[in-house]
Amino acid sequence: MSARAPFLFLILLLVVVGITSIYYRHVEDNVPLTTGERISIWQVEAEISFSANDEAVNAELTLPQDSSFELIEEFTASPAYGVHVQRDEATPKVMWSKRNAQGRQTLYYQGSFKAASQVQVDAPPTEEPSVNWWPEPYRSSAQTVLDSALERSGDNELLLLQIEKTLQSDDQNMALLKSEYSRSAIFTQLLSMARISSKIVGGLILEDGRRNQSLVTFVKVYVDEKWRLFNLERPDIDPESPLLIWRQDAPFLLDVVGGSNSKISFSISRTTRSAIKDARESLANSEAFGLYNLPLAEQNLFKGILLLPIGALVVVFLRVIIGVKCSGTFMPILIATSFIQTELLNGLLGFLIIVSTGLVIRSYLSHLNLLLVSRISAVVLVVIGLIVLFTIIAFRLGLTEALTITFFPMIIMAWTIERMSILWEEEGAREVLIQGGGSLIVALVAYLMMDNEVIRHWAFNFLGVHALIMAAILLMGQYTGYRLLELRRFKPLDDS
Amino acid sequence: MLNLASPSKLNARGVMGMNQRNFLYIARYNDRKLYPYVDDKLKTKVIALEQGLAVPELLGVVRYQHEVRGVFDILDKHQGFCIKPAKGSGGKGILVIIKTDDNGYHKASGDIVSRTEVIRHVSNILAGLFSLGGTSDVAVIEALIEFDPVFNGISHHGVPDIRMIVFQGYPIMSMLRLATRASDGKANLHQGAVGVGLGITDGATRAAVQFDRPIHEHPDTGQSLDNIKIAHWQDLLMLSAHCFELSGLGYLGVDIVLDKNRGPLILELNARPGLAIQTANRTGLLPRLRSIEALDLKNEHMSFQRRIAPAEDRVRYAIEHFE
Repeated sequence: MSARAPFLFLILLLVVVGITSIYYRHVEDNVPLTTGERISIWQVEAEISFSANDEAVNAELTLPQDSSFELIEEFTASPAYGVHVQRDEATPKVMWSKRNAQGRQTLYYQGSFKAASQVQVDAPPTEEPSVNWWPEPYRSSAQTVLDSALERSGDNELLLLQIEKTLQSDDQNMALLKSEYSRSAIFTQLLSMARISSKIVGGLILEDGRRNQSLVTFVKVYVDEKWRLFNLERPDIDPESPLLIWRQDAPFLLDVVGGSNSKISFSISRTTRSAIKDARESLANSEAFGLYNLPLAEQNLFKGILLLPIGALVVVFLRVIIGVKCSGTFMPILIATSFIQTELLNGLLGFLIIVSTGLVIRSYLSHLNLLLVSRISAVVLVVIGLIVLFTIIAFRLGLTEALTITFFPMIIMAWTIERMSILWEEEGAREVLIQGGGSLIVALVAYLMMDNEVIRHWAFNFLGVHALIMAAILLMGQYTGYRLLELRRFKPLDDS
Repeated sequence: MLNLASPSKLNARGVMGMNQRNFLYIARYNDRKLYPYVDDKLKTKVIALEQGLAVPELLGVVRYQHEVRGVFDILDKHQGFCIKPAKGSGGKGILVIIKTDDNGYHKASGDIVSRTEVIRHVSNILAGLFSLGGTSDVAVIEALIEFDPVFNGISHHGVPDIRMIVFQGYPIMSMLRLATRASDGKANLHQGAVGVGLGITDGATRAAVQFDRPIHEHPDTGQSLDNIKIAHWQDLLMLSAHCFELSGLGYLGVDIVLDKNRGPLILELNARPGLAIQTANRTGLLPRLRSIEALDLKNEHMSFQRRIAPAEDRVRYAIEHFE
């Protein structure tokens, strides 16, 4: 059947669009697949203290510069200091200043960081490494160590490993160098002599609940067109533990003018927050085309509207595949939507009470010999009256949960009553029970789906889901097999 | 426990499901713009009369609310009559009066209806209470059908009618529908009327069902349903075959009544005939539908006009092939 090809293509297109969009949302925008997913937030506090010399004070603290972390928020606390955060230069920093200070001073900087969604690759070094030659005899020792390492390695990568290995060994030249310089300094010196770019950076090991921490020195080496981090000073640190690079290009971490005995220590604590909240906030701040940029009231409106396709899917499935009979095509969805507002039990009770009382009153109205439009309008009034009455009674009895019956769509209720009533007169109570029960079952299933936390999350945050629903509805629209209940109905044909 | 039939067995027996009917037959063979002619009984009747097909006699029409009292000008001339909504569905809103006297109007059940109630009923029809989608409607007044004595004792109050499925002009399956107490005098199977499958070849009983379960006697009167044979069967087949030309619908349900004096009359046409006819005949519709479709395919090179065989040929084909 050639006529089917465009149809199948459309289905395929919808599925591809849907899945791509969901994938993009998840991977690029970090929208989590479940609501419960949480991300870690690291709160780092730097405490700076120094003794002021009774003169003007200027303190500068270099701020973290790590592309694998994103700053969420920052605070400074400093009594009577002017504070200025500078981010536009190559090295971000915070500056405190005061005209006159004396005695012990304490300044605080607190920043919250989370893992960056997109890891940016650090820029390659801007200039060729230049060698700042050490005085003799260290210069010759360094040269010897380097030469022997060069000899034993084929490329830069192996050279790095070789130098690192020599640093740990008890090589005599190395022992001499170590007596004067730190391991990191030796490492960078040797690398610069080998024309490899490297720099010494300070990083903070992120571990929940640690206090009085200081920066750990690492060496960053640019090899094979990427930066690699070497830990030479503290072999006890687990290489897997999260690390926030605090200082890399800045000449100093802390610079205090007008004070002495300055000291800095860090404390770290970890909190978690919901990943979806975080993703939503960052999307709302971006210029991206999406629901998150809308005002909150409209967003909430769409949270409701975007559940309707789920209800439609349930209705199509139950009618086409199962074969449930219900009155009104989409009446059950609207009832299900009001169940969401009222909670299930209240909703069911309220619905049954209003419809059954409405039916009794409607049976009286049918004796009045009214024209259709006035009769339905009268039923609308009756429904409103009933809702008012039940609300007041419920309030008097202290049943505040029952007050939510006002969420029922009144016109729909009126039509339901009218339909049921005609059905009763025409086809008898049996058909009313079948169709009314069918409608309630559909409404119930739709409610359970629409009330599900994960489904709500997907319907609003992954719009691609709706393309998939569309594909499923279209496919079911061409389903020509038996409905489940027809298998029961045609049972006599199977027996003989 | 669920007592389900196996889909493959049903399929092998050619039983058609609702989705298949809607998608493969109704959507494909029934042009939507033709629906008004079958959904409106008055229009059907007018066209049938133009084409010389037998229908119950039209006594009058009430179109507007202000004419409602005028209904008695029509009713007073007749002893028995039937008031029905032109766009009613499923036998809704049909008021059958078999006798008029000083007490009022007598229904088949013996209940007496007053003039006020008649007016109310007509108003309800005009307001669209019984019509599809609640659109405003007209009330059609027809002559009472004096049904054939062959049905005595096998129908409870209501008029028994014969439902014929006509596909591309070929009558392919038929059943007799008998009202029961459970169905409240109505001939709708889902309300509890009895369906008796009739052989296309001879109009004799094949099987009978109520509520989709096989039965052998009428549940109210206890009369056997096994040996019914419909008279004027050939005329009846011809009449239903002609309804294809009348309506233009490829997949059509034709409801026919047998009048004692006038023979078979077209009661109404249905663009969405139900599937219960399969259980009543203990046979699936699909093999017969497919055999007609194959016939159509064989003659594909002809123009559509030529392809449509004359009604006589179609009826002959049906009698020869559908047993």
